[in-house]
Amino acid sequence: MMNKKQKLLLIRCIVTAVLMIVLHFIPAGGILRFVLYLVPYGIIGYDILRKAWKGIRNRRVFDENFLMAVATIGALVIGLVDNDDYVEAVAVMLFYQIGEFFQSYAVGKSRRNISALMDIRPDYANVEREGRLEQVDPDEVEIGTEIIVRPGEKVPIDGIVTEGSSSLNTSALTGESLPRDIGAGEEIFSGCINMTGVLKIRTTKEFGESTVSKVLDLVENASSRKSRSEDFISKFARIYTPAVCYSALALAFVPPLIGLLLPNASPNWTQWVYRALAFLVASCPCALVISIPLSFFAGIGGASKEGVLVKGSNFLEALSRTGYVVFDKTGTLTQGVFEVTAVHLAEGAPEESRVMELAAYAESASSHPISKSIRSAYGKDIDPDRVAEIREISGGGVVALVDGLEVAAGNAKLMNDLGIPFEKKCELTGTIVHVAIDREYAGHILISDKIKPTSVQAIRSLKASGIKETIMLTGDTRAVAEDVAREIGINRVYAELLPGDKVDKVEELLNGKQKNYKLAFVGDGINDAPVLSRADIGIAMGAMGSDAAIEAADVVLMDDDPMKIVKAIRISRKCLRIVRENTVFAIAVKILALILVALGIANMWIAVFADVGVMIIAVLNAIRALFVRNL
Amino acid sequence: MKKTYKIEVDCANCANLMEEAAKKTPGVRNAVVNFMTQKMIVEFEEGRDASAVMQEVRRNCKKVEEDSEIYL
Repeated sequence: MMNKKQKLLLIRCIVTAVLMIVLHFIPAGGILRFVLYLVPYGIIGYDILRKAWKGIRNRRVFDENFLMAVATIGALVIGLVDNDDYVEAVAVMLFYQIGEFFQSYAVGKSRRNISALMDIRPDYANVEREGRLEQVDPDEVEIGTEIIVRPGEKVPIDGIVTEGSSSLNTSALTGESLPRDIGAGEEIFSGCINMTGVLKIRTTKEFGESTVSKVLDLVENASSRKSRSEDFISKFARIYTPAVCYSALALAFVPPLIGLLLPNASPNWTQWVYRALAFLVASCPCALVISIPLSFFAGIGGASKEGVLVKGSNFLEALSRTGYVVFDKTGTLTQGVFEVTAVHLAEGAPEESRVMELAAYAESASSHPISKSIRSAYGKDIDPDRVAEIREISGGGVVALVDGLEVAAGNAKLMNDLGIPFEKKCELTGTIVHVAIDREYAGHILISDKIKPTSVQAIRSLKASGIKETIMLTGDTRAVAEDVAREIGINRVYAELLPGDKVDKVEELLNGKQKNYKLAFVGDGINDAPVLSRADIGIAMGAMGSDAAIEAADVVLMDDDPMKIVKAIRISRKCLRIVRENTVFAIAVKILALILVALGIANMWIAVFADVGVMIIAVLNAIRALFVRNL
Repeated sequence: MKKTYKIEVDCANCANLMEEAAKKTPGVRNAVVNFMTQKMIVEFEEGRDASAVMQEVRRNCKKVEEDSEIYL
């Protein structure tokens, strides 16, 4: 699909090309020939001439329109006074415009490709009114409204599923292509696509506060801050363009003037003016000016398609230079969910399932995460008639009568208070819940935070891709922290930190690092917003729940898979590599072309080919930054 | 107050030029142009009439990039 402007430009290119072929066979000469060639020149170049003129009036001289206008008008004038050749002027304009068309088409196509994927804005929500389904603006749906999402529709607002079950396509949010199952009672995020069943959802947020709105806000607000590469290019263009213009001026006048002064030499005005004009054509910096920002836009766009939201090109650039990755432990490398990981029975105790059952009943009234994890490990429903006399011993645990047995579940203090001898050591680290049945020690249940399945791989990949150091910060005890670090393969651990200590630690690490490497901090957004903003790059993980983290972070990962950190770094490196390639390539070709033109080896045709060719190659290369799926 | 406008711009650099032009327009506190999604997000200063300011933003953008369009 082409837009109107592109279609018009294409038609102008074709008409001009046809006219040029026709004019080739018309044997007109002199002023008539000039006038005839002005027709295709006008058709192909009117907008360039107008923009150049406007540029001069708005004091924005020396852009590419100006260069092209001066070069082609100059070539026409040379044709008029000297050799009757107007083909070159028209051809230069034609090739320049073909390049523009191609550039705009390729960019437009890839842009639509990506914006379609980011098109997660829901247009309506289905609300039941008087027994009929009505489509209403998501903005008008109040909290607590029941909405219906049919298969194939987008979930418009965050909420809780009250009826139905289905699979969700979350790829627009997380980049994850595997569908996720959902059923009644579960929390559902807007922006997912309902695939199989009808879902009834009770909304828990307004549309503006829902996940989808926040993601859209992030995506659309990206790239407000400019990277150093982009700064470099705009500064470069500011110096470069006037410099070439003055060089061209010198090329046009200095050699002929020297020729005038020397005996036996002719000034040869047309030759030098022609070279100067070709020099202007060759000098056009469009390849750089267009492709560098495009690379960043494409890199950020491609990343957001993968569930990695980067807030600006400066952060993408910083990310590519990451040398140190600092992790918060809980919720980042570990799941932040406590689970029963082992049950160690004492001699003479009943079997494991019985111990778990009694412990679960004893803990049945508590909402503490530890109690919850024991209940979920037990897995069966609790019959409240079987448990009585539940006493919570603050700072210790619980004692209750279960099936007529006195069950005590708690820590070492509780066992000591009850005077029950117990096993003090466990070879595993974690939180220990001792269980005694009728004053007899039955064993202990070990509860720990589980390491995420991809943490080990993520750390290994980070090291393989040249990250100098991985560091873990945690408020947890030293034993637990070191255990986790060893298992994951992290070099350095700082344990038993209070939230405020983490900022200090990061400050310290920032001071101690090598200058040209950046320090990234990865957290899940709970309590670490200050650290996120203090680090060179703050990466918030699975942060859809935490506004503060989204606000403070520079990079937001849509899900909580640590491999996404590796992906983010790889995406940034690819993008920056493309930027470097384009910069070096374009400048090298420019310099070569300028030298060849100045020496008279290359003419205006070669100059325009060099210019347009480099631009097209650079643009195609920049678009490559979009494709990051397989990194 | 923040408002989002649909825009049309062909080249990434022109998008950056438009962003600069919009930022310099009186009444605009901040402006962001997203080339990929073809959106301009404008944050207005307190008590300014958005539509009047946007007329000016549009004029300034046309100055730097004639082919651009902002759909008001």
